[in-house]
Amino acid sequence: MIAEIGAFAAALALALSLAQGVFGLAASRRDSRAEATAAIAQAAAALCVLAFICLIIVFVRSDFSVAPVAANSHIDKPLIYKIAGAWGNHEGSMLLWCLVSAVFGGVLASTRGSQSLGLWSRAVGVQGLVTAGALIYTLFLSNPFARLDPAPMQGSGLNPLLQDPALAAHPPLLYLGYVGLSVPFSLALAALLEGKADQAWAKALRPWTLLAWTCLTLGIGLGSYWAYYELGWGGWWFWDPVENASFMPWLVACALVHSAIVTERRGSLASWTILLAILGFGLALLGTFLVRSGVLTSVHSFAVDPQRGIAVLVLLAIAMGAGFGLYAWRAPKLAQPSGFAAISRESMLVWNNFGLAVAAGVVLIGTLYPLLVEALGGGLISVGPPFFNMTVAPLLAALFIVLPFGPMLTWRVGDMRQALLRLAPAAALAVLTLIIALVTTHWRAAPAIGLAIGVWLIAGGLIYLWTRIRRGEGAAFAKIAVLPLAVWSMSIAHIGAGVLTLGAVAETAFRSEQAVALSPGEGVTFAGRRITMIEIGEVEGPNYSATRANFRVDSASGAGIVAAERRFYPTSPMPTTEVGILSSLDGDIYIALGEAVRDGAGAWSVRLYHNPLVHLIFIGVSMMGVGGLLSFIALTRRRRTAA
Amino acid sequence: MRRRNQRLMMIGVAGAVLVLAATLTFAGLRDSVVFFVAPSDLAEKAEAGQRVRLGGLVVEGTLRREADGASLFDITDGVTSVTVRYAGLLPDLFREGQGVVAEGRWQPGQAFEAERVLAKHDETYMPREVAEALKQRGEWKGDPPS
Repeated sequence: MIAEIGAFAAALALALSLAQGVFGLAASRRDSRAEATAAIAQAAAALCVLAFICLIIVFVRSDFSVAPVAANSHIDKPLIYKIAGAWGNHEGSMLLWCLVSAVFGGVLASTRGSQSLGLWSRAVGVQGLVTAGALIYTLFLSNPFARLDPAPMQGSGLNPLLQDPALAAHPPLLYLGYVGLSVPFSLALAALLEGKADQAWAKALRPWTLLAWTCLTLGIGLGSYWAYYELGWGGWWFWDPVENASFMPWLVACALVHSAIVTERRGSLASWTILLAILGFGLALLGTFLVRSGVLTSVHSFAVDPQRGIAVLVLLAIAMGAGFGLYAWRAPKLAQPSGFAAISRESMLVWNNFGLAVAAGVVLIGTLYPLLVEALGGGLISVGPPFFNMTVAPLLAALFIVLPFGPMLTWRVGDMRQALLRLAPAAALAVLTLIIALVTTHWRAAPAIGLAIGVWLIAGGLIYLWTRIRRGEGAAFAKIAVLPLAVWSMSIAHIGAGVLTLGAVAETAFRSEQAVALSPGEGVTFAGRRITMIEIGEVEGPNYSATRANFRVDSASGAGIVAAERRFYPTSPMPTTEVGILSSLDGDIYIALGEAVRDGAGAWSVRLYHNPLVHLIFIGVSMMGVGGLLSFIALTRRRRTAA
Repeated sequence: MRRRNQRLMMIGVAGAVLVLAATLTFAGLRDSVVFFVAPSDLAEKAEAGQRVRLGGLVVEGTLRREADGASLFDITDGVTSVTVRYAGLLPDLFREGQGVVAEGRWQPGQAFEAERVLAKHDETYMPREVAEALKQRGEWKGDPPS
């Protein structure tokens, strides 16, 4: 019964979001129609919430007559993973997509702000059509409420690798990011339809862009963190197509966050901002297509269903056809931007956008190249990490060298000499880092440059904060207290990028790994430490049994005990690895337990990794996320006080 | 006049960066692309020492370990089988009788030296490349359950 209510609510939501599309697009001239549009959008959002609650209920009650529950859940699963199971599968995740799109549509309809009536109602209308497209796909091609007859007695269980707190939060965050980009898309199309993209429009755009970017940042970060501690491969980023699928929209969203600032503050770059908003959503849809269709071989897995892939491709074609078509037709009519000098805040943000867009393009080429070669009959190929490291890293390096100048320069015409003088200490620190790194690594140029850039970003961000604090009046605390939230958010995000760079470079360039066979009592010297297996035995978990080994790690700074497990879930034929991680200031000792060595007299294969400074990666990403969140708060607060 | 010079300068720098990015991209695609081969194509399609992806099914009962912890197993496409040596820890989802992709280098007369072994997160998964290869050999037994 609950499942039927859910399906019915989703079907009603589809009808309402189609109405929202029609009314929204037609409402520009009459206030009464606009009011109706807003009410419809809110009702559609409420219905999607209801449908999703129904889905969670059938998962919690383990109603195995519902197909996705039977395929992905299990009676013995802890409650939190039964709930997370609702979106841990293809069908449920598509309903989540609809939910986010509809709720964002409802919020968009409730927050008109200073936008003109036509612009706002058209944006709500386009958003309604986006929701409708997602609901059509969900209801007709991947219905999460499909019934099974006869119903199985037991579900086949969620893939144990996915039974993890980080991965319970990872899909909702990513979807908030992906689908969050649909709102800038709707606003962009509305601006093209209206033939007007003014500062009020950019003001409405910015919080949505920031929200999407922040969620993408945190979602990708969580996914990466999960891959690091759960997969047992010792790495955190694999340039896998599925990772690229989320990285491309992130890059474009990052560019959009910055270009929208220029459009809001100076009125320029409007046309480019619109293009980015269209592209960002296009890449989010492309990401969904790449993940869902299985056209690319990936270490991740999802349903391989050509029909679903084609449906996503059709939705992508419609959205991008409408987006780029409107852009080609209407963008030339938009007001011409006001000018700026080659050395100014604007020009630095243009360089930021240029770098990020080119990087997104390169990742796109690398990700799609195998498809192209195969389509042209060139055989099956894969493009791996060497390609991306070789192309994306230099681009980002160039971008990061320019980055600290941006905040230092004023709008319209900046003073480069003054900026250089202020940043001189940061430059000196960076050069010092470069020299020390070159000497200690025996002239390995790439990591040394990378570390120097990380230091440059951090020091540059701190100097900016310092110059802003000094500008205030009164005592030191008073100066810090009056510093605008926007300054904090930007500095934290930029310093976070530097921290992330340090961690990523150090981990990639200096990690070491070793495979050994150890029996209890035996030890090995690895990365300047003595690692000893103390004991190994069987333990029982709530819905798994495991082999657990305790290791002792002795280093110059002290000793630590760490446990690594190999878990067996009765619902899955595959064992999973629970790595043991011993973190210290200089990085992680990462231990993955393998299998018993055959004829090895009680020895087990063990894989040891030393990942220097790896925690900086996750700290850096968190800082970027916190920066985005603070900026979002600053923007919404400003909007409320203005209203 | 000055503004125009500035604009020209910016366009010039942007063009230079684009050219550089394009050069890197094409050089990268030329040098770091990895071809996929089936075991029976290995000798004919892959040059000795070239980095390739070898895909197929792990032959039942062939997984064994060397004293240093390295794993040895055979990969087959139903026609030929190739012995693969991998020094790392096999992925959790690695199993005999299932599809895997091993990325690494090969020398005639020696085991295939894998640097990476891929098996998907999902136990019902068959690497698409393996499926293609098996289809070509007529070894295909229907679509994998999804």
